[in-house]
Amino acid sequence: MERVGKPACSLTLRGGNVKKNLTYQLFNLGRSELLGKMLTTGAVAVAIITTVTIVFFIAVKGISTFSSSGVSVFDFLFSTKWLPDRPLEEGGPQVGVLAFILGSVIVSMLAVLLSAPLSVACAVFIQEIAPYWGQRILQPAIEILAGIPSVVYGYIGLSLLVPFIRNYIGGLGFSVLAGILVLSVMILPTIVSISTDTLRALPREWKEAAYALGSTRWQAIRLVLIPAARSGLITGIVLGLARAFGEALAVQMVIGNTRKIPTSILDPVITLTSAITMDMGNTLSGSLWNNALWSMGLLLLLMSCFFILIVRLVVRKGGITP
Amino acid sequence: MNKHKDVKIVVQGGGSGTGLTQVSQGAADIGNSDIFATEKSGIDASQLVDKQVCVVGMTAVVNPSINIENLTTQQLVDIFTGKTTNWKDAGGPDQKIVLVNRPKASGTRATFKKCALGGAEEAAGIEEDSSGTVRKIIKDTPGAIGYLALSYLDGSVKVVGIDGVEPTKENIVTGKYPVWAYMHSYTRGNPSGAVEAFLNYLMTDDVQKTIVPELGYIPETEMKITRDAGGNLKNK
Repeated sequence: MERVGKPACSLTLRGGNVKKNLTYQLFNLGRSELLGKMLTTGAVAVAIITTVTIVFFIAVKGISTFSSSGVSVFDFLFSTKWLPDRPLEEGGPQVGVLAFILGSVIVSMLAVLLSAPLSVACAVFIQEIAPYWGQRILQPAIEILAGIPSVVYGYIGLSLLVPFIRNYIGGLGFSVLAGILVLSVMILPTIVSISTDTLRALPREWKEAAYALGSTRWQAIRLVLIPAARSGLITGIVLGLARAFGEALAVQMVIGNTRKIPTSILDPVITLTSAITMDMGNTLSGSLWNNALWSMGLLLLLMSCFFILIVRLVVRKGGITP
Repeated sequence: MNKHKDVKIVVQGGGSGTGLTQVSQGAADIGNSDIFATEKSGIDASQLVDKQVCVVGMTAVVNPSINIENLTTQQLVDIFTGKTTNWKDAGGPDQKIVLVNRPKASGTRATFKKCALGGAEEAAGIEEDSSGTVRKIIKDTPGAIGYLALSYLDGSVKVVGIDGVEPTKENIVTGKYPVWAYMHSYTRGNPSGAVEAFLNYLMTDDVQKTIVPELGYIPETEMKITRDAGGNLKNK
């Protein structure tokens, strides 16, 4: 691709139309390379400034729960008492978010547990078992899943999955289970595409060597390809987990949002993201209640930093990645 | 709109707190809310001028399969605090009770808690951030109970009276039925110019007699009683 691209590009510059060349000459842009430098540097600056501003804003707002309202970090993280509207005389406002944290962790972990084996198996099928139609039909089909908006997933979950669970499995329908099922479909494309790319990047010789040693196809996949692609597969799974953790809308529509720690997979549950969307429209900025929501946002941000860190470590540890 | 071409009105959605925040920060000229400014901590209520435009009633609603027409306040409190967990203890069928709440920050929940439950703390139940979703869930879930503003009723869920009083317009305007809230339009300081003209227009028969009842609200002008932030009723 690169070898073809370069001369074609310089051709248009040298020939091209006269007007364009004139502007290039006038501002001395073509020769000095300044334009390209400015464009790329500018784009990077915008990206960095946006990120830093957002992180700074969330951090300032999130920390004020602890600094100006005097809630202890321990109470915030490890208490299940969410009573932000209770007046001071009756025990004061309390903002314990343990139930939300556990809800997020349970739902997204179980979703990954369900989705990861399925996705890796799909990736193996696409890349190794049936590469011809796998890559032409199956992969695009799975990529379409990634393009479906989350509100549509939620709506389908609410209209089909919730009544199905209520009628055939039990409980209210609004449940941990519904959240897991919706999320596992949503994160499938993330894990599949990263896993497929990783498998594709493996040197062909490894597979051939395995065959030469007398392996069957299944043995080659199980003993050579999957272990070799390990770090790429883990990266895909961790990114899937990060997506599951951050998803708000679709999950909120099917989990019932009950502010209690669930005791069964059929119990309703609440996650950090849905707890934020539930309250954000009605709280006043600057109040403890509102600050507590920002603290939850900060917590989500820290979690995603943590996930990215894991991915970096896994990648650095070696192995083949896309 | 045709009469006043030089005035542009932008309507922005949000919850009970959004209107109050925006108007007290000066971001909006008029902030609408269904709660008294003094009920919300963090708002300087003394700065705001309150115009009560209309009234909305709220009612307990149940899944249509529950054959209950009426609950006493005590029954309602027991149900919402999680003391009563089966409909048979409230005179209904043998069916587990499913609570459907609005989020704590919602004005509907705040009003229902204050006026119907006497301020009792609700037990954890399903929570949904829109009344439309609450209605759908109550319609679909056996044994569900929740509350809605009267403007959201469409016949798909069953209305339950409180202490033998139905949530009708007549019972609300005379103060017999307790669960209702003012729809406030707040301004920062006394309104003037176009804002004042608009607020005055809201109180004319043009609006009060047509648009307000059409949307399921009760015109302020038809209320025979008034209520202050402390919940004290007075004849008008």
